[in-house]
Formats: sequence, C-alpha cells, structure tokens
Amino acid sequence: MAELAGTQSQSQAQLRQPPLAPLHGYDPGGLFCEMLRPGQPPHQSLALLLSRLSETPVEALRMRAADAERDLLERGITFTVYSDAAAIDRILPFDLIPRVITAAEWRQIETGVVQRVHALNLFLHDIYHRQQILSDGVVPRELILGNAAFCPAMQDFDVPLGTYVHVCGTDIVRDDTGRFMVLEDNARTPSGVAYVVENRHMTQRIMSDMMAGMRVRGVDEYGLRLHRALTEIAPPGVTDPQVVVLSPGIFNSAYFEHVFLAREMGVPLVEGRDLMVENGKVWMRTTAGPAPVHAIYRRLNDDFLDPEAFRPDSQLGVPGLVQAWRRGSVGIANAVGTGVADDKSVYAYMPRIIRYYLSEEPILPNVETRICAEPDALAYTLDHLAELVVKPVAESGGYGLLIGPHASRAELADFRARLKADPANYISQPTLKLSVSPTLCDNGIGPRHVDLRPFAITGRDTWVLPGGLTRVALRAGTLVVNSSQGGGSKDTWVLA
Amino acid sequence: MSETVPRGSAPLIARHALGLLWLARYIERVESLARLLDVTRTFAWDDSDWTAILRINGDEASFFARYPEASQATVSRFYLLDTDNSTSVQAAMNSARENARTLRALISTEMWLHLNVLHTRIRALSEADLAPERLSALCTMLKEGAQAHSGITEGTFYRDQCWHFYMIGRCVERADQTTRLLDTRFNALAPHIMSGDAAIDDGGWNTLLRAAAGYHAYRREYPTGYRPVQVASFLLANTSFPRSVALNLLQLDWHLSQLRLRYHLRGGSAALERLDHLCGVLTNRTVADLVPRGLSPFLDWTQREIATLFDEIAAGFCGGG
Repeated sequence: MAELAGTQSQSQAQLRQPPLAPLHGYDPGGLFCEMLRPGQPPHQSLALLLSRLSETPVEALRMRAADAERDLLERGITFTVYSDAAAIDRILPFDLIPRVITAAEWRQIETGVVQRVHALNLFLHDIYHRQQILSDGVVPRELILGNAAFCPAMQDFDVPLGTYVHVCGTDIVRDDTGRFMVLEDNARTPSGVAYVVENRHMTQRIMSDMMAGMRVRGVDEYGLRLHRALTEIAPPGVTDPQVVVLSPGIFNSAYFEHVFLAREMGVPLVEGRDLMVENGKVWMRTTAGPAPVHAIYRRLNDDFLDPEAFRPDSQLGVPGLVQAWRRGSVGIANAVGTGVADDKSVYAYMPRIIRYYLSEEPILPNVETRICAEPDALAYTLDHLAELVVKPVAESGGYGLLIGPHASRAELADFRARLKADPANYISQPTLKLSVSPTLCDNGIGPRHVDLRPFAITGRDTWVLPGGLTRVALRAGTLVVNSSQGGGSKDTWVLA
Repeated sequence: MSETVPRGSAPLIARHALGLLWLARYIERVESLARLLDVTRTFAWDDSDWTAILRINGDEASFFARYPEASQATVSRFYLLDTDNSTSVQAAMNSARENARTLRALISTEMWLHLNVLHTRIRALSEADLAPERLSALCTMLKEGAQAHSGITEGTFYRDQCWHFYMIGRCVERADQTTRLLDTRFNALAPHIMSGDAAIDDGGWNTLLRAAAGYHAYRREYPTGYRPVQVASFLLANTSFPRSVALNLLQLDWHLSQLRLRYHLRGGSAALERLDHLCGVLTNRTVADLVPRGLSPFLDWTQREIATLFDEIAAGFCGGG
C-alpha cells in the first residue's frame, strides 16, 4: 500500500513540483542546509522528499513525532539514568525528518573514513613498535610518550592483523560552503550505532510514505559485519570462534546498545563476572560449565578491562584478560591503548599522519586546528579568543570548552587565565558555521545544526556502514550536538 | 554460521539462566497475587479475613511493622501499591523488568516490549484503583497482563535452553502458589471438613476454584458436588489441571530432563531425585489420607520442598542460588 501511494505521489511530484518546494516557511538563512543544498545541482530524490514533506501539514508531522516518542519509550530504546532509588528511562529525542546524503557525497565520506582508519592503525602500530614517525619528527615525541592515553604495556605487542581500531566512529561536520570536515576520531569504544539502525526502523514505521520509491541503502548489515571482523581476530585455527560482547552491565547508560550488538550478532552479552582466565585462556561461565571465548567486543574502557593490568579496584573487568590477549589466546576489539590516536592534540597532526604513512592527501580534511602547546598557536589563540572554539584535549562529551562568540567578557577573561596556566591542555579551532537540517521544532520546521558519525568496522579490511548517526542540536542556535548535552538524532539516508 | 554450528546449541551464560528462572517466577507471582487478592476480596466478611493472606505469604511481621491493622484497604495497598514491600506486585513487576533488561538480548523483542508496557501500567496504579468496586477489575487487569506475557512467550520465545529455564521457573512458582491458594480456604474450613452435604457449597469452593481458573474442569471431573478431599486432590494431585502442583512438577521434570538430554548439562541430579520423591507423594491417595488430619502442615512441607528444589536447580546450573 505504502509502495503504491509513494509511486503515485512521486509521479505527481515530478509533474508539478519545481526542484525546491516551500517547506512550511523553513529558512536556513546563510547556513548550509543539508536538504536544500545551496550551490549544488538539484537532486531528484531530495526534491521528491521535500515535496512530500511540504504536502504534509506540520500538525500531521507532530502527531507522527508523538507516536515515535511513545514507541521509543515502550520499546525501551532508552538510556537509563539512575538517581537515588529510581531508575529513569530517557529517550534520545528522535527528529523524524531524515538527513539525506547523496551517493556522490557518500563516496567521499566512505573513502575518507577508510583512509583515516587505515592511517590510525598504521600510526598505532608504529608508536607501539619502532616509533619511526616520532624519530622522523613528524609528531612530537613528548606528545605521544607523555600522553595519558599512551599505554606502555602495548609496546612490541603484535595485535592480530595489525588492527587496533576495529570499530571507529568518525565525527564529521560540514561548514557553510558544504565542505565535509573531520571534527574528531573516536577510536576507543564509540557508541551510537544502535540508534542508526533503530532510527531506520522508526522511519519505516512512521515515515514509510516519505521513503517510498527512494533508493535508500540498508543499515541492517552491521551485526553480521562486526561478527565477521571479530572472527577474523580470533586465534588462528579455531573453526567456530566464540564471540561475546563485554558490557559493564545494566547500569551503563549505553546498555541498550550493548544488548543491540549482542542480539544483532547472536552472541552472549556478558559482564566481567561471567568471564574468567584459566591456563592462559578465556572462559565464560555457562550452564554447561566453562566454555571457551575466542573474541571479545568490549564496551568497557581500558582502565576497567583487567584489574591485574590496570585498576586493582575495578569490579568490572576480568583478571588476567590482557595477559591472555598478549598470548594470542583471545582477540579483543578495540585494542588497548587506542585512545592516544583520538586524542584532541594528536588529531591536529592527522593530516600529516595520513601523508606520512599513505603518501596521500587526506580525502576528508581536518578542521583547521592550532595546538596551544606551540608558542605561535598560543599567541594566535589568545589574540583571537572571542572568535575561536577552544577545547581542553583531555575532556570529551562537549564539556569544558569555550565557544568564543557566545562567551561573555567575564567568561573570556576566566578562560584566558586557564589557557595561559596550562596551554598544553588546549587546542583552538575557528568557529564553524555548521550545516543545518530541517527539524521539527515547537514553532514549525526550523534549521538545526547537525553532525554525522559514520561507523567503520575493520578486521582484515575496512567496511563503512552506509548511514551513520546524525546528531542534531535541538535548541536553536546551539552548536553542541552531543547526546549528553540535550541533542537528538535523525535517521540518515545514504542514497544508492 | 548456522551451517556449521548445530542448531539450539548456543551456550547460555549461567547468570542468564538464573535470570530466566526468576523472570518467569516474578510474572507468575503477579498473576498469583492477583488471584489470591481476588478470592480474599470475594470471601472477606470482615477485616479479620485479610490477615489470612498475610499469614499464607508469611508477611505478617513485615506488614504489621508498618500498618496498624489488616483491612481490605491496607492489605491491598501493601500488595498492590507498596514499593517498599518486597512481596508486592510492584516489587515483582520491577524485578521482572530488571531481569528482562538483563536478558534483553535473549528474550524476544515482543516479550520485552510487552513487559515494558505492563511495567509502566502497573507503576502508574494509584489509591483510586483500590476502591472496593474497582479492585476486582484491577485483579483482572493484572491477570490478563501476565497471561498476555505467557501468550507472547509461547508464540515468540525460541525453544532452546533459555525456554526450558524459563519454563522451570514458571512451574516452580505455579506449584508453590497453588499450595498457597488452597491454604486460604482449608484453614478456615477445618471444623466443617468431615461434615456436610457434597452438593451444598458451604466452603465457597466454587469461588476458590474459579480463582484458580479450575471451576469448570472440576465440575467435569466431579459432577456430584464439592468434597474438600476432591478439591484438594484436584489442586494438588490432578495431572490435567494446568495449575495443579502435580502437573507443574511433572512438567518441571520434563524440562530438567530435556536440559540434561538435549543440551548435555550435567547439573540438576539432586533436584531430579527430590522431584521424583515429591511426585510420588502427591497422589490422590496421599491427599485423601491427609485431609482429615488437616492439610496445612503438608502444604507447608510441600512449599519447603519446592523451595529446596529451586535452590538445587539454581546451584546445579547457575552456579548458586
């Protein structure tokens, strides 16, 4: 039925719609809009989506949005916040208007992400072996060896296939000219992929008429691909490797995603207490007694993985796990010590790292970044503080950063003092005019800033899920799209 | 994958097996509690009758620590709204959902969705729902919620080890709860037991059997009327009645044997022996012998045996109770 209705309105749309239909008075102003795409050739699917959205009253969209919200709560597609005795389920707000990426745009993102992950893995292998890039002076030695995320225990350990970053979430933004740029590499335990798939399922439930007849690439392959990569890093010679997902447990805010991943791969979701190491091998406690484990997709941070190797006070990890890994009796994804590669100060060197290992130009550029540890960069940053975004390199989640144009005089003065006291802890970037996407808001459809996190899986080769998490800053004007700071998400359509 | 790995042989984490046992028990507890409250509500002539349910559940101490007296209002609040009472519907539903969260990668999506919605509905109950004229409707809602869960489970839950553990939990809880339901009436009726015309329902057996969803089946089995011995036999030893102790223990035996035969699990031998003995005792003949002496001590003994059985199963397969 939906198929039929869609085809009908498609032909109608093609007959009478101009390339750009008015979208309930939507006006992105001078910002780059992901749907109107100023300055780019008109795209048939986008024009069709736009006409379908324009023909749907805002009130009807609001009713669908209400259905979606109830649906998310009922399905428990939530993160749980535990306060005192009560467990509160929160949803990641879902905006029903999709973000569309054309095939041509996707080619750049996909090849750019593959290139970047390749370089990250070569870089990690190098700094944990011969450290050639440090000897050649391309990246300062003290930046790596003095980095809190650098893990000396990884020195000279050959990880299976040379892959350190099995799952990578690359945060990508677009500026006011429509240029894609990498904002951040997430090479530890990036989260959000469950929302990519669940957002698609939601679209199929409440927006199937909008999607009908369009060639949107599927996102259901993720579990299969991840399982394959994990079997590739299992010890050689094991015919049916046992894979598990290792989670901190139901109190973790990303627990829903851990469930999702275990279910999509069809493997047990375990906690540290379900695993043990004996005779140098990893076992899980099952109803039939101990059963061997060959590959672990862990969603615990390095520090909590193994109390013998890291934090003796940790209740979450598995004593002896890292030793078993080093002996080659189990594969672990992501590898330990990858945090040094997605560090905000190392990020600044990524274009040089790509050129160094691959002799290629970066397909996806960085946001222009100054490292305040360098005197020139510090001087520039202090001179232009009111125009820049300044980030502490050790923080994540959008905390502790300064957005110059939005800061008061007192905030600027305060930040200047902090920056001068510890310049090595900061990087600065120009304030980007992030692209926007039409979003259902309280007063109609408005432009809201978006970013994109595609997910890349690497075993023997790298595969990028054709889609990604589009996070949207739901408050007007705000540039922070992080989900722990009031952001929402959209379904991301990659067109074939 | 599925070509190389034999079907149904996926390993089950011991902790998850324990969670499955408890998920089924907690949901069954919601249903049983609703049945107990409904039958109490129907029989209660005055407030003294409301202490019976507290005694049967062993809740007298915790109840009177916080409520001055037992009445329909206080006991139904204790069991239906009180989140601090670990034997309340609220507590059972919370525990069911927390277990379901842990098991979410194993149970079907539809089971999870329904449990999640039922949890929200139960959590939203208020004092107004306990009004005398609405209490029966509330009990019906709880029963139907639990039954919908059972139906969804029957229709969507993959029949591997997980299902057997789930079913064991349900059988254990049902067997246990039926002994409690029976206990609500037998004590009050002790003086009448040896007398009376079978055709006259002076014990309210009708209502008791209805609460256990066994009224029509009982009539078919014993068309001549109600005799306490027959009611007790029906609820304890009948192997066709879905909530009888004997049938649930037989089914439990089958599920345990399946775990050992099909999945080559080595645990559960102590439980199987105990089960064998229990099934041997729960016959029409034993019940007929026991009723004249009073059933309560036997029901207490059966409850203790079932509890030990459960601990043995948990220890045998799940690495501890």
